[in-house]
Amino acid sequence: MVLNSWREYEKEIADDRYYYARSCIRQNFFPGSETTFLRIMRQLGKDVYDDPRHTSCTGIGYHTDIVPLDTTMAVVARQFALMTEAGYENMAISCITSFGLYTEILETWHEFPETEQRARENLFKATGREFRKPKNIAHTSDIVFHNREAIRQMAVRDLKGLKVVEHIGCHYAKIFPKSGIGGSEFPYVLAGMVEAWGGQVVDYPERRHCCGFGFRNYLVKANRGFSIANSRKKLESMKPYKPDFMVANCPGCAMFLDKWQYALAEMENTTYGADGRGIPVLTYEEMAGLVLGYDPWEMGMQMHQVDVEPLLDKLGVDYDPAAKFLGRAGKYIGAPKPAGVNSFEGDRIYRIKN
Amino acid sequence: MYFELLTKDIRLREGLKACMNCGVCTGVCPSAEFYDYDPRQIVCIVQSRDDEQIEQLLKSDRLWYCGECMSCRPRCPRGNTPGYIIQALRTLSQQLGFFTESEKGRQQLAIKRVIGHHILEKGYCITPRLVAPAMHPEQGPVWDWAVGNDTDFWTKFSPNYRGAGAGALREIDSDAIAEINRIFEVTGGKDFFDTIEAASDRKARQMGFDGADESYVNHTYTFNSGNHGA
Repeated sequence: MVLNSWREYEKEIADDRYYYARSCIRQNFFPGSETTFLRIMRQLGKDVYDDPRHTSCTGIGYHTDIVPLDTTMAVVARQFALMTEAGYENMAISCITSFGLYTEILETWHEFPETEQRARENLFKATGREFRKPKNIAHTSDIVFHNREAIRQMAVRDLKGLKVVEHIGCHYAKIFPKSGIGGSEFPYVLAGMVEAWGGQVVDYPERRHCCGFGFRNYLVKANRGFSIANSRKKLESMKPYKPDFMVANCPGCAMFLDKWQYALAEMENTTYGADGRGIPVLTYEEMAGLVLGYDPWEMGMQMHQVDVEPLLDKLGVDYDPAAKFLGRAGKYIGAPKPAGVNSFEGDRIYRIKN
Repeated sequence: MYFELLTKDIRLREGLKACMNCGVCTGVCPSAEFYDYDPRQIVCIVQSRDDEQIEQLLKSDRLWYCGECMSCRPRCPRGNTPGYIIQALRTLSQQLGFFTESEKGRQQLAIKRVIGHHILEKGYCITPRLVAPAMHPEQGPVWDWAVGNDTDFWTKFSPNYRGAGAGALREIDSDAIAEINRIFEVTGGKDFFDTIEAASDRKARQMGFDGADESYVNHTYTFNSGNHGA
């Protein structure tokens, strides 16, 4: 049965000329994914402005309740001012927390106009800057979704025969369902990419459950049991469906679903992949890049704790195993210590725990 | 009194319409699965406008269990958002200094010192060296390897890593940092930080620490009484 409920929630996505708002989390954990997004946009002939002046939106501080709403609004207003000064009108936002926050602030300004006035006054007083609101805001996964057919036409391989779990960051559409393709119940932004490129999307009971970040529940060491327990709930739920990989549009989710598999393997000696290893967790930029034939190590896929080589082999990617741990200019910088999540009885190809 | 203070926060006005106590928010809540926690009760208490109960809530651990995933928001059949109500309560709890009365509330100081200071000093919520492997064993050996080789590794993807220009994890220049700091001053963000510090310092001394020093911050960051389970 084909579910088309997502079509009730479609949104306009600008086609070109984007002001790029980078993500704190993605820059830290998936620096190659942002590089890959820009590379895909160049291949598609799109204009994306990467501004050195923009900063964090304060999103993690806001959602841990140490940064007041007025402060966050003025910081976001500053990003809008930088966009206005650069001559752009469309925001392309790399982070899901930022995307949710930008959406929320624009909605709040609409519903409570006095808050927009205060943000304008605060920004001007602090920086002398003024701004126009963006004509269009999109998460960068929206933009890849928007171009999924063009990417398919340029593809060197497809995802045929692969079962894919998609995970949507909570703040993509749970706060404002109309802001996301497919809304909060039937988000289609990643499923649409997977289907367009030939993969099979896995439906499973905890598909819409939070990855377990929970802001203060991960950031504070004493609270991390919350985080791993919620990731575990999702992993247990998806395991019987034997996914070949996961893909997430939120940089935090992609990181947690990867790293907590490592921790669970160490703590409980449990792995969730059908082959006994962990389940690789990709960003959508990496998934698109593989379809387009980009080198996995140039996309930073060596940053994953769960090895991606078994997936690369299923896809028929011709990669150089020895190039995985090379730094800038091909310099060998050693290799990470082995980990249980990557071991598999009889495994002689990939790294083995012992 | 407390309810009137809360209504000054637009998130309370937006988040609380009229709750019928159906509990859908609790059913979908990741925190309710992990902690002894029920967001339905939080909404019920605020809706009651009972000062005594609200004050108790502002001083309690259960105010700090929510992960702000906002899964409750699209599910409420009456258009309430428990997550917004919690944000308003947490802000008030810090303004009044009540957050230091609970183990989980006291953690706000550690978050302020780590994330808050990083935003003001670097312009990012986090950078690789902040996620120190010793404090983040769950990040695993790949993160340990990457951070240990950060300059050689991140420059592979971002030539301007910790340097001038555009790109991932570039150094944000002093003019931009100064603007962010002025925004915090003008909008009350700095005052809010000072309020967290002052209340934490008082509490730390009550608890036998020599003020809100590193030892107290480490305590709030790592201590878990184990009294939070479902």
